[in-house]
Amino acid sequence: MAGRLEPEPIARRDFLGLAGWWTAALAVLGSLAGMVRLPNPRVLPETSRRFRIGRSRDYPVGSMQVVPDKNVLLVSRREGFAAISMVCTHLGCIVDRSETGFACPCHGSSFAKDGSVVAGPAPRGLRWLEVSRSIDGRLTVDSGREVPAGTWFRA
Amino acid sequence: MAGMKRFDQKRGLAAFLANLRRLPDTLSYSIFRHGRPRSERGRSQAVFSSLFLHLHPTRVHVRTLGLTATFGLGIAALSFFIILLVTGILLMVYYTPSTELAYNSMKDIHYVVPSGRLIRNVHRWGAHLMVIVVMLHMCRVFYTASYKAPREFNWLLGMALFVVTLALSFTGYLLPWDQLAYWAITIGANIASSPRELTDALGITQWFDPGGLQKELLLGAGEVGQDALTRFYLLHVMLLPIVLVMLASVHFWRIRKDGGLGRPQAEQTSGAVGQAPDLVPPPGGENDKTWSLMAVVRDRSAATDNEPGDTVATWPYLLRGELVVFMLCTLACLVLGVLYDAPLKEIANPNVPENPAKAPWYFLGLQEMVSYSAFMGGLVIPAVAMVGLALIPYLDREAEPAGVYMSGRAGRKIALQSLAFAVLLAVAWVAIPVNFGWLRNWFPGIPQIVIIFVNPGSLLTLGYAAWSLVILRNTGSTRLGAIALFTCFVAGFVVMTYVGMELRGPNWDFYWSRSHWPVH
Repeated sequence: MAGRLEPEPIARRDFLGLAGWWTAALAVLGSLAGMVRLPNPRVLPETSRRFRIGRSRDYPVGSMQVVPDKNVLLVSRREGFAAISMVCTHLGCIVDRSETGFACPCHGSSFAKDGSVVAGPAPRGLRWLEVSRSIDGRLTVDSGREVPAGTWFRA
Repeated sequence: MAGMKRFDQKRGLAAFLANLRRLPDTLSYSIFRHGRPRSERGRSQAVFSSLFLHLHPTRVHVRTLGLTATFGLGIAALSFFIILLVTGILLMVYYTPSTELAYNSMKDIHYVVPSGRLIRNVHRWGAHLMVIVVMLHMCRVFYTASYKAPREFNWLLGMALFVVTLALSFTGYLLPWDQLAYWAITIGANIASSPRELTDALGITQWFDPGGLQKELLLGAGEVGQDALTRFYLLHVMLLPIVLVMLASVHFWRIRKDGGLGRPQAEQTSGAVGQAPDLVPPPGGENDKTWSLMAVVRDRSAATDNEPGDTVATWPYLLRGELVVFMLCTLACLVLGVLYDAPLKEIANPNVPENPAKAPWYFLGLQEMVSYSAFMGGLVIPAVAMVGLALIPYLDREAEPAGVYMSGRAGRKIALQSLAFAVLLAVAWVAIPVNFGWLRNWFPGIPQIVIIFVNPGSLLTLGYAAWSLVILRNTGSTRLGAIALFTCFVAGFVVMTYVGMELRGPNWDFYWSRSHWPVH
């Protein structure tokens, strides 16, 4: 027990006051943390990013077809199939096909036929998406999975 | 009981009738606590004791009422906000924030709802005009040096109000759920996720992805859909208006607390800054106690340097001026709303972007910079500009009375020089990429990180910063340096906005005029 002659490092009254303030501050911070968590969705409400696009014979070798409503270009070559996303890597507009490859209407990025950036503000080439075969034999594209450019899926 | 007073039945009835007759007066007195404001003192008291009027002082300096002192821009901004609040609530009666119904409810408002079309047009025009007057108000405050001590904090509040005003416009832009809205918000949300450019270039997106987090917080999903619409609606009708009202209340309150409208030394008649004025009793009576608090507190008085001789009564003079500004603002909205319809394009289609997809005009300067690099143009440069503007009152502390435009001749000269420099530099940095391409055209294999940081937008910002530092060094005055910086910022904003509005066409290509756009 500290004697009366030894000064306490902090007065009891001050200590209790500070403890009260800090308790209140922590409670507020804790509630804030809980509130900030809420708007950050844990599950994204979206349609599945995997979708079937038909049989491989629908896409003859040498063809390039835009999959309806999916903003994906399916390229079929002797090496196999590739799906190139038509969502611009700059700010998410849908690119148009041009003579030399792709052109973005929003901010003028242009891409070569293999999706690599030729000009404009796009920070990177168009994404190549994973192509696979589903169990019923149809081709499947997963727009949530990117594969390195130049990856061809052999049917 | 024996001591109980006996009431005369007739007298009770008479009192009741008398009270009934006096009801209008007693009711009015219970609300206002004073009689009808017939005298100057009565009107002062009315201003003083009303919650809504007491943000005004009871008397204002005559200079406050001069047209060129403020051009009424602050009151105009408030007027447009009130118009937006009223028309916005009316629109909410029919608007449905659902991707299925939003567009249809817009059509209903336009074609079916009684006076719905006019109300929507007024809302749209009010929003545009509010953005304009907020910007002009900011220029007025800057050029009259009204941001200086003791008004630094009010400048910060003003910056926050500017940002909230833009955020309100942006969130309102999505609600019609037409093509214009959908693609503007897609672009906006992707600007929020543009820190990915940097994290991708560094190869750390997998572990650290602030861009993705921002986008998900804004949209509640991977792309613009029902969750985005719900969130934008919530922000637009609830959160942001509440924030704006709170900030604006403090902003107005601080005008009084910081000593009212700033004015030049020559027009001040008594008291140096920091010296409490003599306690002159306000006109109207020796017994008024409004000064008692000031007499107890040992600090500078809030009502600085006011002598009754320089002042006029708030009611009627100031209130009349405010009413005129409000009427003019309403008139402007109405005339524009009758003459020009707010646009409504086709319903949103996630597969076909607008070409060109343009943001509202006040963001087109940003969009021009975004077309160089999303991360620098959309986030870093605006953030640097905002922080730079916010710090001005803390970095320029030269004591100087507020109220003289450009602080006199030297300031006017610097402002003109800066204007010329800023316009030339901005035009040059737009013209060079248009005519000669940019780094990727010259060096195809250049690393992405160089392209992100070295682009016309960031070079323009650096040029402006360098120019104001040179002015600062050559003149030895922080105020002149600030004038240079602010003028550059305004001129750059105007040039970039003009380029984005008028000179960019399909594929964001350069066209001298809209009539040269290819037809398709």
